[in-house]
Amino acid sequence: MMKLKSLTTISLSLMFAAPLAMAGNGADILKSQCISCHATVKPANLGMEHIWERKGPDLYYAGSKFNQPWLVKWLQSPTRIRPGGEFYTKHVKASGDKEDVIDASTLQDHVKLSKEDAEVAAEALMALTAPDGLLEKGAYKGEKVSPTMGAMFFNKLRGCAACHSAKPGTGGLSGAELYTAAERLQPDYVYSFIKNPQKIDPRVWMPALNLSEPDLQRLTGYILQLNATEGK
Amino acid sequence: MNTGHIVSTFSAAALAFAAGLAFNTTASAAGDQFAKAAHNYDTYCVQCHGINRNGRGINSTNMSVQPRDHSDAKGMADIPDNELFDVIKNGGLAANKSVLMPVWGNVFDEGEIKEMVAYLRYVCKCGSAK
Repeated sequence: MMKLKSLTTISLSLMFAAPLAMAGNGADILKSQCISCHATVKPANLGMEHIWERKGPDLYYAGSKFNQPWLVKWLQSPTRIRPGGEFYTKHVKASGDKEDVIDASTLQDHVKLSKEDAEVAAEALMALTAPDGLLEKGAYKGEKVSPTMGAMFFNKLRGCAACHSAKPGTGGLSGAELYTAAERLQPDYVYSFIKNPQKIDPRVWMPALNLSEPDLQRLTGYILQLNATEGK
Repeated sequence: MNTGHIVSTFSAAALAFAAGLAFNTTASAAGDQFAKAAHNYDTYCVQCHGINRNGRGINSTNMSVQPRDHSDAKGMADIPDNELFDVIKNGGLAANKSVLMPVWGNVFDEGEIKEMVAYLRYVCKCGSAK
């Protein structure tokens, strides 16, 4: 079906000698560029098998997860958000008696889109809003957090730094970098994912920590205040 | 006992390999009895405890407290089964250990945690402290 459609698109383009740089429509870009690695529709069977099989994070709730300006920018010049890849255990190798290392040869670079395609793809992704009840809307109060206090909870008291980096070159490698979280992610998503990652992405390798409400507010605030140069 | 383990390890690995199901050598080498626990280990524990179950996961480089080496027969023998169970279920803090060991009780059900404890005994080749 998809093949037929793209063939039709190609032949139409040839017939009318359309300019090659012309941006496709958003749905077509998602079909041709995204769905081979990402779920843009909620998979029937979420869980561990899905985590092992998928090649990239699920996008069926992308419109409630990402910030559109970041998507437009990132899709044109993608960088690796999880140093260990998606997902880390497929990309690590033992290194004798030393720490395991990330096997960079197994990591694939993300597809790069033109500015026009990135804009329409981002718009199409933003239309994929989360199913009702997946995220807690408005629970995050947006109060300012003392960076020192936030860093103490993130690093020492709640152990987030075991898997995540709050500043380039620090923390763990299996989780997403968080010094870009504010630019990438919507506050409701950050709050909801910290509170219960398993509800949003069942059997994902981040556990739900039974955090108290003040902890959730503090960690969400701290993460949203981070940036690549000031994070601690 | 040891010979039995080695023989079953080899036959399980050979079978898995022959069937083309060896998605991960460590998991398949554990044999059928621990296949599920080993797969859980590969999914969740390897990030800190390492592919070789020796505490040298990719996240361990920057940690202030090093993850437990599960291949260390002596160190592991000092920890009773119920403590392993508690630490997996409720996190390091529950047993006055490091906060860097998170709560896994919202991911694993109790049956999976029991299987993991048994698998850790298989990995360390040691019994439980009384």
